[in-house]
Amino acid sequence: MSDSEGQQHPISVYLWIWLLLFVLSAFSYAVDYMQLQGMLRWSLILIFMVLKAGFIVAIFMHMVWERMSLALAILMPPLVLLVLIGLMAIEADYTFMSRLTFFSS
Amino acid sequence: MSDSAVASTDELRDGVSGFAQDWAADKQAFHSPWGKAMMWIFLLSDTFIFTCFLTSYMKVRMTTTVPWPNTSEVFSLTVFGENVPLLLIAIMTFILISSSGTMAMAVTQGYRRNRKAVVWLMGATALFGASFVGMQAFEWSKLIEDGVRPWGNPMGAAQFGAAFFMITGFHGMHVSAGVIYLTYIAIKVGKGDYDRSGNYEAVEIAGLYWHFVDLVWVFIFAFFYLW
Repeated sequence: MSDSEGQQHPISVYLWIWLLLFVLSAFSYAVDYMQLQGMLRWSLILIFMVLKAGFIVAIFMHMVWERMSLALAILMPPLVLLVLIGLMAIEADYTFMSRLTFFSS
Repeated sequence: MSDSAVASTDELRDGVSGFAQDWAADKQAFHSPWGKAMMWIFLLSDTFIFTCFLTSYMKVRMTTTVPWPNTSEVFSLTVFGENVPLLLIAIMTFILISSSGTMAMAVTQGYRRNRKAVVWLMGATALFGASFVGMQAFEWSKLIEDGVRPWGNPMGAAQFGAAFFMITGFHGMHVSAGVIYLTYIAIKVGKGDYDRSGNYEAVEIAGLYWHFVDLVWVFIFAFFYLW
């Protein structure tokens, strides 16, 4: 077994990531607290979300230290979900337009 | 068994070459404890479930011609006569992140064989989780009081209630299950089961589940509460 010793990493790494997650959460909350709107709001929300999710998976869930075969087996399949989201967004746009055309009076 | 056969014939390589080697023949693909690989595969399936919920939420929100309720106002709390937007949700977010930190610490202490520290840290994690569920119950009752139902609400688009109860309810169920799971593993740690078996993998595997629950909340927080 390549990691029969388990995942052993310096505690300071975890503490730094922990602190970083607090800061990033505070930033996302600030987006709402300061009532930012439009593209600025959406892009900031997405940036902070992706950073937080990335640090949790990479460090807390040890993905950066796992072998590539496990990392790819777990991280690649969710990419098809992007296709689902894309298709549903197109479909939703069409439904919305139809509703505007036929249901608004 | 197959593992020792592999190790004797061929050294494990890293990176792309290691990836090809691991998948190249009829043999063990994941060189990690089976419990950990299985937990990851379960979490992968859970990712699909939560994405389906969030995608359907996106779709009803995009298609409705009625304005979506302003979550910043719906989830605001009045503290000392002042209206603070999303306060409870922010507190819940910080509680979940704190619990993720204590869980990560529990895993590291497990591999350092500090039995007492692991029990305390996992206990703290479970307590954070339980308080999260408590706050969610408070939030649900507040919204139900305000007239939010799965089929309609006074603030705007009718689909708001269905999306809210479905998504946060399913997440809350995961947190509750996690609290029970962590408590069970913490008791086993306390009894010294893993000192006898000689490995603390079970703590790391429980940690994977707990971090995933936090991970899902990151997405719910961004898409449902902040968007």
